[in-house]
Amino acid sequence: MTPYFLDHIWLIPLFPLAGALVMLLFGRRLANSIVSVICVGSVFVSFVYAVGAFFQLLEKPAGERVFERVLFQWVPAGAYHTASGALGNFVADWGLLLDPLSGVMILIVTGVGFLIHFYSIGYMGHEGGYYRFFGYMNLFMFAMLTLVLANNLLLMFVGWEGVGLCSYLLIGFYFKRKSAADAGKKAFIVNRIGDAGFLLGIFLISATLGTLNFSQFPAALQAGHFEVGAPVMTAIALLLFVGATGKSAQIPLYVWLPDAMEGPTPVSALIHAATMVTAGVYMVTRTNAIYQLSPYAMEVVAVIGAATAIFAATMGLVQNDIKKVLAYSTISQLGYMFLACGVGAFAAGIFHLMTHAFFKALLFLGAGSVIHAMGGEQDMLKMGGLSKHIHITWATKVLAALAIAGVPPLAGFFSKDDILSKTFEHSRGLWFIGWVTAGLTAFYMFRLVFLTFHGVERIHPDTKAHIHESPWTMTGPLIVLAGLSVVGGWIGTPEALGGSNRFEKFLHPVIATRPETGIEAAGAASRGTEYLLMAVSILIALAGIWLAWEMYLKHIQWPHHVARRFHGLYELVFHKYYVDEIYDALFVNRTKDLGIFLGEFDSSVIDGLGVDGAGWLTRFTSSVSIWWDTWIVDGSVRLGSRLVWLFSYPVRMVQTGLVQSYMLLIVVGLVGFLGYYWFLYHR
Amino acid sequence: MVPASHYFLLSLALFIVGVIGVLTRRNVIIILMSIELILNAVNINLMAFARLLGSVNGQIFAIFVITDAAAEAAVGLGIIIAYFRNRETLLADEMDLLKW
Amino acid sequence: MAAGTTLLFYFFAALAVLSAIFVVTARNAVHSAIFLITALLATAGIYLQLQAEFLFAVQIILYVGGIMVLFIFVIMLVNLDVAMRQEQFNRQWLAASLIALALGAQLLFAFWLVRHQGGVLSHAPAAAAALQPNTELVAQGLFRDYVLPFEIASILLLVAMIGAVVMAKRRI
Repeated sequence: MTPYFLDHIWLIPLFPLAGALVMLLFGRRLANSIVSVICVGSVFVSFVYAVGAFFQLLEKPAGERVFERVLFQWVPAGAYHTASGALGNFVADWGLLLDPLSGVMILIVTGVGFLIHFYSIGYMGHEGGYYRFFGYMNLFMFAMLTLVLANNLLLMFVGWEGVGLCSYLLIGFYFKRKSAADAGKKAFIVNRIGDAGFLLGIFLISATLGTLNFSQFPAALQAGHFEVGAPVMTAIALLLFVGATGKSAQIPLYVWLPDAMEGPTPVSALIHAATMVTAGVYMVTRTNAIYQLSPYAMEVVAVIGAATAIFAATMGLVQNDIKKVLAYSTISQLGYMFLACGVGAFAAGIFHLMTHAFFKALLFLGAGSVIHAMGGEQDMLKMGGLSKHIHITWATKVLAALAIAGVPPLAGFFSKDDILSKTFEHSRGLWFIGWVTAGLTAFYMFRLVFLTFHGVERIHPDTKAHIHESPWTMTGPLIVLAGLSVVGGWIGTPEALGGSNRFEKFLHPVIATRPETGIEAAGAASRGTEYLLMAVSILIALAGIWLAWEMYLKHIQWPHHVARRFHGLYELVFHKYYVDEIYDALFVNRTKDLGIFLGEFDSSVIDGLGVDGAGWLTRFTSSVSIWWDTWIVDGSVRLGSRLVWLFSYPVRMVQTGLVQSYMLLIVVGLVGFLGYYWFLYHR
Repeated sequence: MVPASHYFLLSLALFIVGVIGVLTRRNVIIILMSIELILNAVNINLMAFARLLGSVNGQIFAIFVITDAAAEAAVGLGIIIAYFRNRETLLADEMDLLKW
Repeated sequence: MAAGTTLLFYFFAALAVLSAIFVVTARNAVHSAIFLITALLATAGIYLQLQAEFLFAVQIILYVGGIMVLFIFVIMLVNLDVAMRQEQFNRQWLAASLIALALGAQLLFAFWLVRHQGGVLSHAPAAAAALQPNTELVAQGLFRDYVLPFEIASILLLVAMIGAVVMAKRRI
């Protein structure tokens, strides 16, 4: 007798889908309040079901916390031989898998998603296209939940693409703005590049393991006798990671995320902070069994994660748009998550994913609240001193900033510390990068806080007149998220601080254990090192905050001087290292050139040869036909008539009407007759 | 008697002159006269052979020829007069109503 | 005697041919008619030489006295002056002459062949007495042996007469 919520797990993605369908069919005619009830309500119901399912999962004993349910067979089964000759049975069902990992994910997605939906009621209240917004948001929830609950890679890819589509739709929500439309395109296209790698990885998995079902991976890997470091595993892992870099904005495919800030702020919060961008991390964790078979791939993941983290952090230092800072911060934090996965600390990566969802969503929603108060202004240089006006926003923002900086006892500290300590055991170099990034994170976060809420007021008088705190529909979620940012990390308290790291233990069954690579099994860091690392992390966080205080509150002319002193460097970083321009020159414009070339080819060669050629051919054949008709067909007619004329000519000549010519003919005939007679008789 | 061949040659000469006259002259009256010449040539031939063969049939035939010539001349001239009254022309070239 | 006959023959023959040529080439139609009369008279002379007295008379009375007079009457009736000023020979005169001469040549050739092969022309002529008395013989032949053609000839003359009268009438 399957428990109710587990049995009805398939409803979780369907509630938002129903909401989206209603919006598609009727949304235009519904009042805003009805739209709100339907869409936000559907997410809330999903959340309730998710909670129910999660707890019913918990009721199961630790080793058996797996629930799989197949809804229907999507791609029919087909037997085939894998690359190694084993017999594989290709089956792709529409199936849902609930285990600790997906359980955590659905809680995050529906919980934070619900809060953001609720927030949007207030934020998007006076925007046009209200129903369209919620329809897309609900569609996104459906796709994301499908992605997370999928029991096989193919269905996950469906969700993957779905979230990409919704991202495009929502980034380009203000489609009348060209920059928004372009950003949407950019996101989708860059994603697509990653998806190509993802697909190749899926194909390779299918060819090597003979199955795409997650629950069958352990058995398939066992049967294949793959050794650690097998090239095919490295290839699969790297290909999957390409997809992850696209979706989760790592180097080199991160360029779409800053532009994605064109979308409404709730979109940035939900999709580009809490949920969609984490899909890459989720995917890597899901397939950790494959990754652990390839130390080389994991090294690549870790290095790229660390590099992205510090790279993005440097860019976030000099941005002036409040949302752009947060975008680079997201990229940077995602780098942390991948760093964690790369060193084998998959659970730590998911932990950071969860805490990051809380405080990043809070940061974005808070930024939205600020923008709302400022009447649409997003440039921090035009803000300042807002703490006096919008208290709740300010308080929650500060909490979120402390959380992301990694100040204990807030959530960010625990997750970041988890990652950094596990990294330290793996590689000092990577740890150092992560540690510096933490400092940079603290710095730019508090730069944001100080520029926005404190210091000199640089607000335009017109805007200042309208500053107001956001309504309760917006501040409510802020407060809830703030609370989560505070307590959210406590379930991952490491043993060093007296906790039992229940989070990690909870996820333990999901992570394959490999004595050679798995840090999970090792964890042999000494307590002393752990305490030292913790202290050092806290120190650099505080140092970052202090530096921000100095530069943006006390000596506010310092940033200006620094920028002037290191003018070249400042310009480089401010312009995002000109990566976009480089990509433009290398890829975008070259692709456009190809398109133009193909267009020219099409119009000159294909249209020329084909269409014009067909036209020319038609005209040619018609001229041949005309010639034929005129000269041959008509000609034969005319020939007939001319022959008649020709033959009639002598007859005509004869018929003169003159008697004498007739007489002459008679005589001629006579002469001829006589001549003939003589000839005949006297030869 | 002069050898019959002479008579034949004379007849031939007159005949050819008559033919040329018929074919060549434009004045219809002269054409008719040329026809008379032809008939005469034939008559000479007939008479010569009648004399040669000692038969009177040739002469009788010649009488008939003369009769015929007379009748034909009469009718022909009547036609010419009628035509002249209508068309005011004597030229055979201009009498081409047979064309239609 | 024979020489005289031959001379006479040549005289009449030359006269006939010459007159015939003038008939064909004269510009004035009256001249043509006169020349035709002389040609006919010459022909009559030849008839006489051939022991054909009756036809000699018939020729002169009928042909010259009848037909040629008729010709001259008609020439007078039609517009002579205009005809004299016009072109006398038609366009086909050269071709016609040549073809006629060709015809003549052919007939000459036939004559030569007959002469060569010894045809009837080489025979000696019959006795002159075979045709005497000429008129009686002619009358006999005409009214006895060939009476049918004679009657038909009469009717022909009748028809011709009616025809000529009708043709020449101004109003039928």
